[in-house]
Amino acid sequence: MEILAFYILGVGAVVTAIVTVIHRNPVASALHLILTMVFLAGIFVLLNAHFMAVIQIMVYAGAIMVLFVFVIMLLNLQGEKWPPMTWKKLLVSFIGILLVGYCVIKIPGIFKGSILPMATQVTEDFGTTKVVGRRLFTDFLLPFEVTSILLLSAIIGAVILAKMKINKG
Amino acid sequence: MNLIIDLTKILFIFTLTMGVFAPILGWVERKQSALMQDRIGANRADIFGFTLIGLFHPLADAIKLITKEDFIPQGANKIMHTIAPFISLVPPLIAFAVIPFGGEYIINGRKISLVIADLDVGLLYIFAFASLAIYGPVIAGWASNNNWSLLGALRASAQMISYEVAMGLTVIGVFMVYGSLKLTEIGAGQEEFFKWGIFLQPLGFFMFLTSALAENKRIPFDVAEGESEIVAGYFLEYSGMKFIMFYMAEYIEIITISGIVTTLFFGGWHIPFISTNALISFFSLLLGDTLANIITMIIHIGVFFTKVIFFIWLQMTIRWTVPRFRYDQIMKLGWKILLPLSLLNILVTGIVILLT
Repeated sequence: MEILAFYILGVGAVVTAIVTVIHRNPVASALHLILTMVFLAGIFVLLNAHFMAVIQIMVYAGAIMVLFVFVIMLLNLQGEKWPPMTWKKLLVSFIGILLVGYCVIKIPGIFKGSILPMATQVTEDFGTTKVVGRRLFTDFLLPFEVTSILLLSAIIGAVILAKMKINKG
Repeated sequence: MNLIIDLTKILFIFTLTMGVFAPILGWVERKQSALMQDRIGANRADIFGFTLIGLFHPLADAIKLITKEDFIPQGANKIMHTIAPFISLVPPLIAFAVIPFGGEYIINGRKISLVIADLDVGLLYIFAFASLAIYGPVIAGWASNNNWSLLGALRASAQMISYEVAMGLTVIGVFMVYGSLKLTEIGAGQEEFFKWGIFLQPLGFFMFLTSALAENKRIPFDVAEGESEIVAGYFLEYSGMKFIMFYMAEYIEIITISGIVTTLFFGGWHIPFISTNALISFFSLLLGDTLANIITMIIHIGVFFTKVIFFIWLQMTIRWTVPRFRYDQIMKLGWKILLPLSLLNILVTGIVILLT
Protein backbone atom coordinates (compact mmCIF):
# COMPACT_ATOMS: atom_id res chain seq x y z
CA MET A 1 0.00 0.00 0.00
CA GLU A 2 2.76 2.41 1.03
CA ILE A 3 4.89 1.37 -1.94
CA LEU A 4 1.97 1.92 -4.30
CA ALA A 5 1.34 5.38 -2.86
CA PHE A 6 5.04 6.16 -3.20
CA TYR A 7 5.09 5.16 -6.86
CA ILE A 8 1.98 7.21 -7.64
CA LEU A 9 3.37 10.28 -5.86
CA GLY A 10 6.89 9.82 -7.20
CA VAL A 11 5.79 9.35 -10.82
CA GLY A 12 3.41 12.30 -10.40
CA ALA A 13 6.17 14.52 -9.05
CA VAL A 14 8.61 13.58 -11.83
CA VAL A 15 6.05 13.90 -14.64
CA THR A 16 4.76 17.29 -13.46
CA ALA A 17 8.35 18.49 -13.01
CA ILE A 18 9.16 17.50 -16.60
CA VAL A 19 5.97 19.20 -17.85
CA THR A 20 7.01 22.33 -15.94
CA VAL A 21 10.20 22.47 -17.97
CA ILE A 22 8.90 21.56 -21.42
CA HIS A 23 5.44 23.18 -21.47
CA ARG A 24 5.27 26.16 -23.82
CA ASN A 25 2.71 28.12 -21.81
CA PRO A 26 4.39 29.75 -18.77
CA VAL A 27 1.19 29.75 -16.70
CA ALA A 28 0.71 26.03 -17.30
CA SER A 29 4.35 25.51 -16.31
CA ALA A 30 3.80 27.36 -13.03
CA LEU A 31 0.65 25.37 -12.28
CA HIS A 32 2.49 22.11 -12.90
CA LEU A 33 5.19 23.27 -10.52
CA ILE A 34 2.45 23.68 -7.87
CA LEU A 35 1.35 20.11 -8.57
CA THR A 36 4.98 18.99 -8.09
CA MET A 37 4.99 20.66 -4.67
CA VAL A 38 1.75 18.90 -3.73
CA PHE A 39 3.16 15.50 -4.77
CA LEU A 40 6.32 16.21 -2.76
CA ALA A 41 4.13 17.01 0.24
CA GLY A 42 2.51 13.60 -0.25
CA ILE A 43 5.96 11.96 -0.14
CA PHE A 44 6.65 13.84 3.12
CA VAL A 45 3.46 12.34 4.55
CA LEU A 46 4.70 8.87 3.59
CA LEU A 47 7.92 9.63 5.48
CA ASN A 48 5.80 10.39 8.56
CA ALA A 49 6.74 14.08 8.41
CA HIS A 50 3.23 15.53 8.52
CA PHE A 51 4.39 18.92 9.73
CA MET A 52 6.86 19.21 6.87
CA ALA A 53 4.16 18.20 4.39
CA VAL A 54 1.75 20.86 5.59
CA ILE A 55 4.44 23.54 5.63
CA GLN A 56 5.50 22.48 2.14
CA ILE A 57 1.98 23.10 0.82
CA MET A 58 1.43 26.25 2.88
CA VAL A 59 4.70 28.00 2.08
CA TYR A 60 5.70 26.75 -1.37
CA ALA A 61 2.42 25.87 -3.08
CA GLY A 62 0.29 28.40 -1.25
CA ALA A 63 2.50 31.45 -0.92
CA ILE A 64 5.59 31.44 -3.12
CA MET A 65 3.91 29.96 -6.17
CA VAL A 66 1.07 32.49 -5.91
CA LEU A 67 3.70 35.17 -6.40
CA PHE A 68 5.13 33.31 -9.42
CA VAL A 69 1.70 32.92 -11.00
CA PHE A 70 0.94 36.55 -10.23
CA VAL A 71 4.06 37.81 -11.98
CA ILE A 72 3.59 35.56 -15.02
CA MET A 73 -0.04 36.59 -15.40
CA LEU A 74 0.73 40.31 -15.06
CA LEU A 75 3.59 40.15 -17.56
CA ASN A 76 1.14 38.41 -19.91
CA LEU A 77 3.80 36.08 -21.27
CA GLN A 78 2.78 34.32 -24.44
CA GLY A 79 3.55 30.74 -25.34
CA GLU A 80 7.15 30.13 -26.32
CA LYS A 81 8.04 29.02 -29.84
CA TRP A 82 10.83 26.51 -30.38
CA PRO A 83 13.91 28.33 -31.68
CA PRO A 84 15.22 27.15 -35.09
CA MET A 85 17.62 24.22 -34.96
CA THR A 86 21.23 24.80 -35.99
CA TRP A 87 24.12 22.35 -36.36
CA LYS A 88 25.83 23.83 -33.35
CA LYS A 89 22.80 23.32 -31.13
CA LEU A 90 22.31 19.80 -32.44
CA LEU A 91 25.92 18.93 -31.57
CA VAL A 92 25.62 20.47 -28.08
CA SER A 93 22.39 18.64 -27.29
CA PHE A 94 23.88 15.36 -28.60
CA ILE A 95 26.83 15.73 -26.21
CA GLY A 96 24.46 16.67 -23.41
CA ILE A 97 22.33 13.54 -23.94
CA LEU A 98 25.49 11.39 -23.99
CA LEU A 99 26.71 12.88 -20.71
CA VAL A 100 23.33 12.40 -19.00
CA GLY A 101 23.20 8.82 -20.25
CA TYR A 102 26.69 8.15 -18.89
CA CYS A 103 25.69 9.56 -15.49
CA VAL A 104 22.54 7.43 -15.38
CA ILE A 105 24.57 4.29 -16.08
CA LYS A 106 27.25 5.17 -13.52
CA ILE A 107 25.01 6.24 -10.60
CA PRO A 108 24.19 2.69 -9.37
CA GLY A 109 27.89 1.87 -9.38
CA ILE A 110 28.65 4.74 -7.00
CA PHE A 111 26.20 3.49 -4.41
CA LYS A 112 27.19 -0.18 -4.77
CA GLY A 113 30.37 -0.06 -2.79
CA SER A 114 29.38 2.38 -0.08
CA ILE A 115 27.20 1.35 2.83
CA LEU A 116 24.37 3.74 3.40
CA PRO A 117 23.68 4.39 7.08
CA MET A 118 20.76 2.27 8.21
CA ALA A 119 17.64 4.17 9.04
CA THR A 120 17.52 4.48 12.79
CA GLN A 121 14.40 3.34 14.55
CA VAL A 122 12.07 6.31 14.60
CA THR A 123 10.13 7.05 17.72
CA GLU A 124 6.36 7.11 17.90
CA ASP A 125 6.14 10.91 17.84
CA PHE A 126 8.63 11.36 14.97
CA GLY A 127 7.72 14.27 12.72
CA THR A 128 4.97 15.63 14.93
CA THR A 129 4.67 19.36 15.39
CA LYS A 130 5.77 19.16 19.02
CA VAL A 131 8.98 17.24 18.31
CA VAL A 132 9.91 19.35 15.28
CA GLY A 133 9.28 22.54 17.24
CA ARG A 134 11.32 21.36 20.23
CA ARG A 135 14.29 20.38 18.04
CA LEU A 136 14.03 23.68 16.19
CA PHE A 137 14.20 25.74 19.37
CA THR A 138 16.90 23.71 21.17
CA ASP A 139 19.35 21.84 18.90
CA PHE A 140 18.92 24.05 15.84
CA LEU A 141 18.30 27.40 17.50
CA LEU A 142 21.21 29.21 15.84
CA PRO A 143 20.38 28.22 12.23
CA PHE A 144 16.73 28.97 12.94
CA GLU A 145 17.50 32.48 14.19
CA VAL A 146 19.95 33.12 11.36
CA THR A 147 17.23 32.15 8.87
CA SER A 148 14.77 34.49 10.50
CA ILE A 149 17.28 37.37 10.27
CA LEU A 150 17.73 36.53 6.58
CA LEU A 151 13.96 36.63 6.06
CA LEU A 152 13.70 39.88 8.00
CA SER A 153 16.32 41.51 5.79
CA ALA A 154 14.37 40.32 2.74
CA ILE A 155 11.20 41.90 4.13
CA ILE A 156 12.97 45.19 4.83
CA GLY A 157 14.47 45.10 1.34
CA ALA A 158 11.01 44.58 -0.18
CA VAL A 159 9.60 47.50 1.79
CA ILE A 160 12.46 49.79 0.74
CA LEU A 161 12.08 48.78 -2.92
CA ALA A 162 8.35 49.44 -2.78
CA LYS A 163 8.90 52.84 -1.16
CA MET A 164 11.50 53.89 -3.71
CA LYS A 165 9.06 53.63 -6.62
CA ILE A 166 6.56 55.95 -4.94
CA ASN A 167 9.22 58.66 -4.46
CA LYS A 168 10.34 58.52 -8.08
CA GLY A 169 6.88 58.37 -9.62
CA MET B 1 -15.19 -2.53 10.32
CA ASN B 2 -12.94 0.50 10.79
CA LEU B 3 -13.17 1.14 7.06
CA ILE B 4 -16.97 1.07 7.23
CA ILE B 5 -17.00 3.54 10.14
CA ASP B 6 -14.61 5.86 8.30
CA LEU B 7 -16.66 5.69 5.11
CA THR B 8 -19.84 6.40 7.07
CA LYS B 9 -18.27 9.49 8.60
CA ILE B 10 -17.05 10.74 5.22
CA LEU B 11 -20.44 10.06 3.61
CA PHE B 12 -22.24 11.78 6.49
CA ILE B 13 -20.18 14.97 6.21
CA PHE B 14 -20.20 14.93 2.42
CA THR B 15 -23.97 14.56 2.06
CA LEU B 16 -24.55 17.07 4.84
CA THR B 17 -22.37 19.77 3.28
CA MET B 18 -22.86 19.16 -0.45
CA GLY B 19 -26.36 17.71 -0.40
CA VAL B 20 -28.14 19.50 2.44
CA PHE B 21 -26.34 22.65 3.59
CA ALA B 22 -25.01 24.04 0.29
CA PRO B 23 -28.34 24.02 -1.64
CA ILE B 24 -30.38 25.18 1.33
CA LEU B 25 -27.96 28.00 2.12
CA GLY B 26 -28.90 29.64 -1.17
CA TRP B 27 -32.50 29.62 -0.01
CA VAL B 28 -31.54 30.76 3.50
CA GLU B 29 -29.61 33.68 2.08
CA ARG B 30 -32.56 34.84 -0.02
CA LYS B 31 -35.00 34.47 2.84
CA GLN B 32 -32.66 36.18 5.31
CA SER B 33 -32.10 39.13 2.97
CA ALA B 34 -35.87 39.36 2.37
CA LEU B 35 -36.50 39.34 6.11
CA MET B 36 -33.98 42.10 6.68
CA GLN B 37 -35.24 44.23 3.81
CA ASP B 38 -38.92 43.70 4.66
CA ARG B 39 -39.70 41.64 1.57
CA ILE B 40 -41.31 38.23 1.20
CA GLY B 41 -38.42 36.54 -0.56
CA ALA B 42 -38.26 33.49 -2.74
CA ASN B 43 -41.75 31.93 -2.87
CA ARG B 44 -42.62 31.48 -6.57
CA ALA B 45 -41.43 27.97 -7.39
CA ASP B 46 -44.25 25.54 -6.66
CA ILE B 47 -45.22 21.95 -7.27
CA PHE B 48 -49.02 21.62 -7.72
CA GLY B 49 -49.49 24.90 -5.90
CA PHE B 50 -47.41 23.96 -2.86
CA THR B 51 -44.54 26.40 -2.38
CA LEU B 52 -43.19 25.01 0.94
CA ILE B 53 -41.97 28.50 1.97
CA GLY B 54 -39.83 28.68 -1.15
CA LEU B 55 -37.89 25.50 -0.47
CA PHE B 56 -38.43 24.30 -4.04
CA HIS B 57 -36.21 27.13 -5.26
CA PRO B 58 -32.93 25.24 -4.79
CA LEU B 59 -34.40 22.43 -6.92
CA ALA B 60 -35.59 24.85 -9.60
CA ASP B 61 -32.21 26.58 -9.58
CA ALA B 62 -30.41 23.27 -10.00
CA ILE B 63 -32.58 22.30 -13.00
CA LYS B 64 -32.12 25.72 -14.56
CA LEU B 65 -28.35 25.74 -14.13
CA ILE B 66 -27.81 22.20 -15.38
CA THR B 67 -29.77 22.86 -18.57
CA LYS B 68 -28.08 26.21 -19.24
CA GLU B 69 -25.50 26.62 -21.98
CA ASP B 70 -21.94 26.15 -20.78
CA PHE B 71 -20.19 29.12 -22.33
CA ILE B 72 -16.45 29.41 -22.85
CA PRO B 73 -15.34 32.79 -24.23
CA GLN B 74 -13.23 33.09 -27.35
CA GLY B 75 -9.51 33.13 -26.70
CA ALA B 76 -9.95 31.60 -23.27
CA ASN B 77 -7.81 28.72 -22.10
CA LYS B 78 -10.39 25.91 -22.29
CA ILE B 79 -8.75 23.45 -19.90
CA MET B 80 -8.01 25.99 -17.18
CA HIS B 81 -11.37 27.66 -17.62
CA THR B 82 -12.96 24.27 -16.92
CA ILE B 83 -10.86 23.16 -13.96
CA ALA B 84 -10.92 26.51 -12.10
CA PRO B 85 -14.38 26.00 -10.47
CA PHE B 86 -13.32 22.53 -9.29
CA ILE B 87 -10.12 23.93 -7.81
CA SER B 88 -12.08 26.48 -5.80
CA LEU B 89 -14.62 23.90 -4.64
CA VAL B 90 -12.22 21.27 -3.31
CA PRO B 91 -10.21 23.14 -0.59
CA PRO B 92 -13.13 24.21 1.64
CA LEU B 93 -14.72 20.77 1.32
CA ILE B 94 -11.51 18.91 2.13
CA ALA B 95 -10.84 21.13 5.16
CA PHE B 96 -13.85 19.60 6.90
CA ALA B 97 -11.90 16.35 7.33
CA VAL B 98 -10.13 17.54 10.49
CA ILE B 99 -13.09 19.28 12.16
CA PRO B 100 -14.53 17.08 14.92
CA PHE B 101 -18.32 17.03 15.01
CA GLY B 102 -18.46 15.05 18.25
CA GLY B 103 -16.28 13.58 20.96
CA GLU B 104 -15.24 9.98 21.61
CA TYR B 105 -17.83 7.32 22.36
CA ILE B 106 -17.57 3.67 23.27
CA ILE B 107 -20.11 1.63 21.36
CA ASN B 108 -19.97 -2.17 21.73
CA GLY B 109 -16.46 -1.87 23.16
CA ARG B 110 -15.28 0.03 20.11
CA LYS B 111 -13.99 3.55 20.47
CA ILE B 112 -15.57 5.86 17.92
CA SER B 113 -14.12 9.32 17.44
CA LEU B 114 -16.34 11.65 15.44
CA VAL B 115 -13.71 13.16 13.19
CA ILE B 116 -12.73 11.95 9.73
CA ALA B 117 -8.96 12.42 10.14
CA ASP B 118 -7.47 13.25 13.53
CA LEU B 119 -4.22 14.69 12.21
CA ASP B 120 -1.41 15.82 14.45
CA VAL B 121 -1.00 19.00 12.39
CA GLY B 122 -4.73 19.69 12.81
CA LEU B 123 -5.55 23.26 12.04
CA LEU B 124 -2.39 23.75 9.96
CA TYR B 125 -3.92 21.30 7.49
CA ILE B 126 -6.90 23.63 7.08
CA PHE B 127 -4.57 26.56 6.52
CA ALA B 128 -2.58 24.59 3.96
CA PHE B 129 -5.70 23.96 1.91
CA ALA B 130 -7.02 27.47 2.50
CA SER B 131 -3.82 28.75 0.92
CA LEU B 132 -4.48 26.54 -2.11
CA ALA B 133 -7.98 28.05 -2.42
CA ILE B 134 -6.38 31.14 -3.98
CA TYR B 135 -5.75 29.26 -7.22
CA GLY B 136 -9.46 28.85 -8.01
CA PRO B 137 -10.14 32.59 -8.49
CA VAL B 138 -6.70 33.25 -9.95
CA ILE B 139 -6.95 30.57 -12.64
CA ALA B 140 -10.59 31.46 -13.34
CA GLY B 141 -9.73 35.12 -13.79
CA TRP B 142 -6.72 34.48 -15.96
CA ALA B 143 -8.23 31.76 -18.16
CA SER B 144 -11.34 33.81 -18.98
CA ASN B 145 -9.36 36.16 -21.26
CA ASN B 146 -11.22 39.15 -19.88
CA ASN B 147 -9.76 42.23 -18.24
CA TRP B 148 -12.46 42.47 -15.58
CA SER B 149 -11.90 38.85 -14.69
CA LEU B 150 -8.15 39.34 -14.36
CA LEU B 151 -8.69 42.40 -12.17
CA GLY B 152 -11.05 40.38 -9.97
CA ALA B 153 -8.51 37.58 -9.75
CA LEU B 154 -5.75 39.98 -8.73
CA ARG B 155 -7.94 41.60 -6.10
CA ALA B 156 -9.06 38.22 -4.79
CA SER B 157 -5.56 36.80 -4.49
CA ALA B 158 -4.03 39.89 -2.89
CA GLN B 159 -6.86 40.01 -0.37
CA MET B 160 -6.70 36.30 0.42
CA ILE B 161 -2.93 36.33 0.92
CA SER B 162 -3.17 39.37 3.23
CA TYR B 163 -5.87 37.91 5.42
CA GLU B 164 -4.30 34.48 5.52
CA VAL B 165 -1.43 36.03 7.50
CA ALA B 166 -3.76 37.62 10.04
CA MET B 167 -5.90 34.47 10.24
CA GLY B 168 -2.90 32.25 10.87
CA LEU B 169 -1.57 34.50 13.62
CA THR B 170 -4.90 34.86 15.44
CA VAL B 171 -5.27 31.13 16.04
CA ILE B 172 -1.78 30.85 17.54
CA GLY B 173 -3.29 32.20 20.78
CA VAL B 174 -5.75 29.30 20.75
CA PHE B 175 -2.92 26.81 20.24
CA MET B 176 -1.07 28.31 23.17
CA VAL B 177 -4.07 28.15 25.50
CA TYR B 178 -5.01 24.53 24.74
CA GLY B 179 -1.47 23.36 24.07
CA SER B 180 -2.32 21.45 20.92
CA LEU B 181 -2.83 21.81 17.19
CA LYS B 182 -5.28 18.91 17.13
CA LEU B 183 -8.85 20.13 16.77
CA THR B 184 -10.09 17.14 18.77
CA GLU B 185 -7.89 18.10 21.71
CA ILE B 186 -8.85 21.77 21.42
CA GLY B 187 -12.50 20.70 21.42
CA ALA B 188 -12.00 18.36 24.37
CA GLY B 189 -10.28 21.15 26.30
CA GLN B 190 -13.47 23.20 26.23
CA GLU B 191 -15.68 20.87 28.23
CA GLU B 192 -16.08 23.44 31.01
CA PHE B 193 -18.20 26.38 29.98
CA PHE B 194 -15.73 29.03 31.16
CA LYS B 195 -12.87 27.38 29.28
CA TRP B 196 -14.49 28.06 25.91
CA GLY B 197 -12.28 29.90 23.45
CA ILE B 198 -14.54 32.94 23.47
CA PHE B 199 -13.72 33.52 27.15
CA LEU B 200 -10.00 32.75 26.90
CA GLN B 201 -9.39 34.37 23.52
CA PRO B 202 -12.11 37.02 23.01
CA LEU B 203 -9.96 39.20 20.76
CA GLY B 204 -8.85 36.13 18.83
CA PHE B 205 -12.46 35.21 18.10
CA PHE B 206 -13.38 38.57 16.59
CA MET B 207 -10.19 38.77 14.57
CA PHE B 208 -10.57 35.22 13.33
CA LEU B 209 -14.16 35.79 12.24
CA THR B 210 -13.22 39.01 10.45
CA SER B 211 -10.32 37.48 8.58
CA ALA B 212 -12.36 34.38 7.78
CA LEU B 213 -15.06 36.56 6.22
CA ALA B 214 -12.41 38.37 4.21
CA GLU B 215 -10.90 35.04 3.19
CA ASN B 216 -14.30 33.98 1.86
CA LYS B 217 -14.59 37.21 -0.18
CA ARG B 218 -18.15 37.99 0.92
CA ILE B 219 -19.61 41.44 1.59
CA PRO B 220 -18.16 43.60 3.18
CA PHE B 221 -14.99 42.15 1.66
CA ASP B 222 -16.28 41.33 -1.81
CA VAL B 223 -14.19 43.72 -3.90
CA ALA B 224 -13.06 40.68 -5.87
CA GLU B 225 -16.61 40.46 -7.23
CA GLY B 226 -17.55 44.12 -6.95
CA GLU B 227 -20.41 43.96 -9.46
CA SER B 228 -20.70 47.77 -9.53
CA GLU B 229 -16.97 48.22 -10.22
CA ILE B 230 -15.61 45.26 -12.14
CA VAL B 231 -18.87 43.58 -13.26
CA ALA B 232 -18.52 40.28 -11.42
CA GLY B 233 -14.81 39.81 -11.07
CA TYR B 234 -13.22 36.44 -11.65
CA PHE B 235 -16.39 34.45 -12.42
CA LEU B 236 -17.72 36.96 -14.95
CA GLU B 237 -17.25 34.57 -17.89
CA TYR B 238 -18.87 31.57 -16.24
CA SER B 239 -22.35 30.20 -16.76
CA GLY B 240 -24.43 27.19 -15.83
CA MET B 241 -22.97 24.53 -13.54
CA LYS B 242 -19.50 26.07 -13.47
CA PHE B 243 -20.94 29.37 -12.26
CA ILE B 244 -22.87 27.71 -9.46
CA MET B 245 -19.75 25.81 -8.39
CA PHE B 246 -18.18 29.10 -7.31
CA TYR B 247 -21.26 29.75 -5.24
CA MET B 248 -21.16 26.22 -3.80
CA ALA B 249 -17.53 26.85 -2.86
CA GLU B 250 -18.56 30.04 -1.08
CA TYR B 251 -21.36 28.33 0.83
CA ILE B 252 -19.21 25.36 1.81
CA GLU B 253 -16.59 27.79 3.03
CA ILE B 254 -19.25 29.43 5.19
CA ILE B 255 -20.01 26.03 6.72
CA THR B 256 -16.31 25.25 7.19
CA ILE B 257 -15.66 28.63 8.83
CA SER B 258 -18.63 28.06 11.15
CA GLY B 259 -17.29 24.61 11.99
CA ILE B 260 -13.82 25.97 12.81
CA VAL B 261 -15.22 28.87 14.87
CA THR B 262 -17.47 26.48 16.78
CA THR B 263 -14.58 24.12 17.52
CA LEU B 264 -12.03 26.79 18.42
CA PHE B 265 -14.11 29.32 20.31
CA PHE B 266 -17.51 27.89 21.19
CA GLY B 267 -16.86 24.58 22.84
CA GLY B 268 -17.31 22.36 19.80
CA TRP B 269 -19.80 19.63 20.61
CA HIS B 270 -20.08 20.41 24.33
CA ILE B 271 -23.27 21.61 26.01
CA PRO B 272 -22.69 24.43 28.53
CA PHE B 273 -22.55 23.19 32.16
CA ILE B 274 -23.27 19.55 31.21
CA SER B 275 -20.19 17.37 30.90
CA THR B 276 -20.03 14.36 28.61
CA ASN B 277 -19.59 11.98 31.54
CA ALA B 278 -22.65 13.37 33.30
CA LEU B 279 -24.70 12.93 30.15
CA ILE B 280 -23.53 9.36 29.58
CA SER B 281 -24.01 8.31 33.21
CA PHE B 282 -27.48 9.87 33.28
CA PHE B 283 -28.63 7.94 30.21
CA SER B 284 -26.89 4.72 31.22
CA LEU B 285 -28.97 4.63 34.41
CA LEU B 286 -32.05 4.32 32.27
CA LEU B 287 -30.91 2.60 29.08
CA GLY B 288 -27.58 0.83 29.60
CA ASP B 289 -24.10 1.84 28.48
CA THR B 290 -24.21 1.27 24.72
CA LEU B 291 -27.51 3.03 24.16
CA ALA B 292 -26.40 5.89 26.46
CA ASN B 293 -23.29 6.39 24.34
CA ILE B 294 -25.29 6.37 21.13
CA ILE B 295 -27.81 8.91 22.48
CA THR B 296 -25.00 11.15 23.79
CA MET B 297 -23.33 10.95 20.40
CA ILE B 298 -26.52 12.00 18.60
CA ILE B 299 -27.10 14.85 21.06
CA HIS B 300 -23.52 16.07 20.60
CA ILE B 301 -23.78 15.97 16.80
CA GLY B 302 -27.01 17.95 17.12
CA VAL B 303 -25.40 20.49 19.46
CA PHE B 304 -22.40 20.91 17.18
CA PHE B 305 -24.51 21.52 14.09
CA THR B 306 -26.86 23.86 15.99
CA LYS B 307 -23.84 26.00 16.80
CA VAL B 308 -22.69 25.75 13.18
CA ILE B 309 -26.11 26.87 11.97
CA PHE B 310 -25.96 29.82 14.38
CA PHE B 311 -22.67 30.97 12.87
CA ILE B 312 -24.02 30.47 9.35
CA TRP B 313 -26.89 32.76 10.33
CA LEU B 314 -24.44 35.27 11.80
CA GLN B 315 -22.43 35.36 8.58
CA MET B 316 -25.61 35.78 6.52
CA THR B 317 -26.68 38.67 8.75
CA ILE B 318 -23.30 40.39 8.44
CA ARG B 319 -23.50 39.89 4.66
CA TRP B 320 -26.79 41.82 4.45
CA THR B 321 -25.97 44.49 7.04
CA VAL B 322 -22.63 46.03 6.13
CA PRO B 323 -21.84 47.85 2.86
CA ARG B 324 -18.76 46.99 0.82
CA PHE B 325 -15.40 48.36 1.96
CA ARG B 326 -13.07 50.18 -0.39
CA TYR B 327 -10.03 48.19 -1.46
CA ASP B 328 -7.51 50.32 0.41
CA GLN B 329 -9.66 50.07 3.54
CA ILE B 330 -9.59 46.28 3.29
CA MET B 331 -5.81 46.26 2.95
CA LYS B 332 -5.44 48.72 5.82
CA LEU B 333 -7.64 46.59 8.06
CA GLY B 334 -5.68 43.46 7.22
CA TRP B 335 -2.13 44.74 7.50
CA LYS B 336 -2.28 47.70 9.84
CA ILE B 337 -4.95 46.65 12.33
CA LEU B 338 -5.44 42.87 12.37
CA LEU B 339 -1.78 41.92 11.99
CA PRO B 340 -0.41 44.06 14.89
CA LEU B 341 -3.41 43.16 17.05
CA SER B 342 -2.89 39.45 16.48
CA LEU B 343 0.79 39.79 17.40
CA LEU B 344 -0.26 41.65 20.55
CA ASN B 345 -2.76 38.89 21.26
CA ILE B 346 0.04 36.30 21.08
CA LEU B 347 2.23 38.39 23.41
CA VAL B 348 -0.51 38.90 26.00
CA THR B 349 -1.54 35.24 25.86
CA GLY B 350 2.09 34.24 26.37
CA ILE B 351 2.51 36.53 29.37
CA VAL B 352 -0.71 35.29 30.98
CA ILE B 353 0.27 31.65 30.46
CA LEU B 354 3.71 32.36 31.93
CA LEU B 355 2.22 34.03 35.01
CA THR B 356 -0.44 31.42 35.78
